[in-house]
Amino acid sequence: MAEIRVEHLRKAFGDFVAVQGSNFVVRDGEFFVMLGPSGCGKTTTLRMIAGLELPTGGKILLGGEDVTMRRARERDIAFVFQLFALYPHMNVRKNIGFPLLAQGTPGIEIRRRVEETAKLLRIDHLLNKSVSGLAGGDRQRVALGRAIVRRPKCFLMDEPLGTLDTEFRDLMVHELRELHNRIHATTVYVTHDQMEAMSMADKIAVMNHGVIEQFGTPREIYDRPATMFVADFIGSPPMNFLGFGGGLSKGAREIVVQGAKVAVPEVREDIAPADMALGIRPEHIRFDDGSKLRGAIYGTEYLGTTQIVAVETSGGIIKARVPAEIRLNPGDQVGLALSSTRLSLFEKGSGRAVRTAIHDGASQGRAHRG
Amino acid sequence: MSLTSAHSVVAPSAISKRVAGTIIVLYALISIVPLLWIFATSFKTPPDSIAYPPKILFQPSLEGYCNLFSTRTRQTPEYINALGPATDICDETVRKRNMVIAGPSNFMPRFVNSLIIAFGSTFCAVFLGTLSAYGFSRFKVPLADDLLFFILSTRMMPPIAVAIPIYLMYREIGLSDTALGMILLYTAVNVSLAVWLLKGFIDEIPREYEEAAMIDGYTRLQAFWRTVLPQATAGIAATAIFCLIFAWNEYAFAALLTSGTAQTAPPFIPTIIGEGGQDWPAVAAGTTIFLVPILVFTILLRKQLLRGITFGAVRK
Repeated sequence: MAEIRVEHLRKAFGDFVAVQGSNFVVRDGEFFVMLGPSGCGKTTTLRMIAGLELPTGGKILLGGEDVTMRRARERDIAFVFQLFALYPHMNVRKNIGFPLLAQGTPGIEIRRRVEETAKLLRIDHLLNKSVSGLAGGDRQRVALGRAIVRRPKCFLMDEPLGTLDTEFRDLMVHELRELHNRIHATTVYVTHDQMEAMSMADKIAVMNHGVIEQFGTPREIYDRPATMFVADFIGSPPMNFLGFGGGLSKGAREIVVQGAKVAVPEVREDIAPADMALGIRPEHIRFDDGSKLRGAIYGTEYLGTTQIVAVETSGGIIKARVPAEIRLNPGDQVGLALSSTRLSLFEKGSGRAVRTAIHDGASQGRAHRG
Repeated sequence: MSLTSAHSVVAPSAISKRVAGTIIVLYALISIVPLLWIFATSFKTPPDSIAYPPKILFQPSLEGYCNLFSTRTRQTPEYINALGPATDICDETVRKRNMVIAGPSNFMPRFVNSLIIAFGSTFCAVFLGTLSAYGFSRFKVPLADDLLFFILSTRMMPPIAVAIPIYLMYREIGLSDTALGMILLYTAVNVSLAVWLLKGFIDEIPREYEEAAMIDGYTRLQAFWRTVLPQATAGIAATAIFCLIFAWNEYAFAALLTSGTAQTAPPFIPTIIGEGGQDWPAVAAGTTIFLVPILVFTILLRKQLLRGITFGAVRK
């Protein structure tokens, strides 16, 4: 197992820049997820780490060794593809043993390790079956088996659960994380699904347009989004934004939004007057008739324990997550109270988060590169 | 997908099944009758073969096959009577026509030439075609589209249009009437077909397979050999049959460029001359034997051929 270090990694396809100067470190044994919408450069980054694409610039270090220009087979990594890429002309046993065959491992040793791996993944009863008859989850397990049998330096996974049914996917998310906890393999996992990312990752990098918008733990990314893109991409429903104008000065603890004063976490930098946005997670809104921030109920979405309520304010629709018991009718006027310690402030132009008291923890990304 | 779309799968009605069946039977009859006629003629005697009205029922004879494989000389009845008893059925058959077998004919060597040249050129075309198709399919080849079009352009004119220049070139470099020359020529003609067909097949094989193999420690060539080739067998078989049929049946180049040592069966068979005209049973016998290798090859590969022809028609 090894640490993966990516420095100023860049990839251009002609005029199109897929990855523009990524930097991150995946520590030994960490489960790292690259999250972003399709076309954001996450798969390209993964393929460069694997050696399937050569970077236009930058460096990739595996366990301290520079492998930037090395061939895929010389990197000692394993890759799980979205469509699994199980060889249809081989049975399960041969598929799993295929990487060992390349290393010239003796037959008896291959047999032993394939069986050991199959047992670990609970597919030992399928070893002599053809891969074409397998169910989605079992195909996934065979693909994982082929990856772990060789005990590589790290695992790279490209949306490995993308083609599975929702129900299977939840199961596999759990299994993957459990497997990782058992073998502690450095893993880079690419997905566009925030649920997968949040539930599995030790660290997440949120990417957009070839740029890493934020790098941090799932909690940091959810609680302290570095950019409006991250705030909007993570969370379901995503963070609400309320526009306001004017500058901010260091030490400020209050802003004015739609004529109402709103307490915010203490601002830690001076901001020149500009268009700003206040970011509020739906669960950080309460209904309070005393509040000056008001709106009319627009619609509700019942989710069992909670409900999502859309409230039409003068600044647009705001979605709030409130207990399901509250009875609401469309058109009702409500006051909105916001949890002052959990709010985020953004500069609308750059999308960058303003540094406030909530950032008094580690969080890197575009916001900190300036 | 809606039920009315052209791609929807609905059970055919009884009437459409019957119509389709009738059409297939008619087509099969039209295709098979000439072959059956040739097969029947090969077992007729020369007089029966040119009888009018044509004889449907006749006394079968091996004369055509005997004549195909032998050369004969005419002798007086006294000479033939002075010989010992006939050694085999052919001996007996030709003696009835006051002839004796003088030696083997050229048919076997010509047939062997056909085998060597057709299978040799098919192997070369499919081998080169598979590698080039893989290259075109997987790598960024500069001017790939133009190159592919250029390769295809070799098929845009009838072979006979280039026969004279090739004849002159071959005479100059000493490839006239050699098996190597014919293999090279048929390979050149077939490789365009092979590249285009195989590129389609290889495009359909996801590149993740090779990528997985390369990450797992194989070189690109090993990955190609172990993951792409096994999945391309249907396409390769289909391509091989098309190439083989072309090379096996080719007449124009063979007639022009081969005359002796490298002559193939197609230009040879029509030259089988009997006494007092064409020896039709022998020609028919030669044609019947000539059909056998393609028949065997196609039957052996029919599964792959069917899969190959319908490849890509059904999304997996």
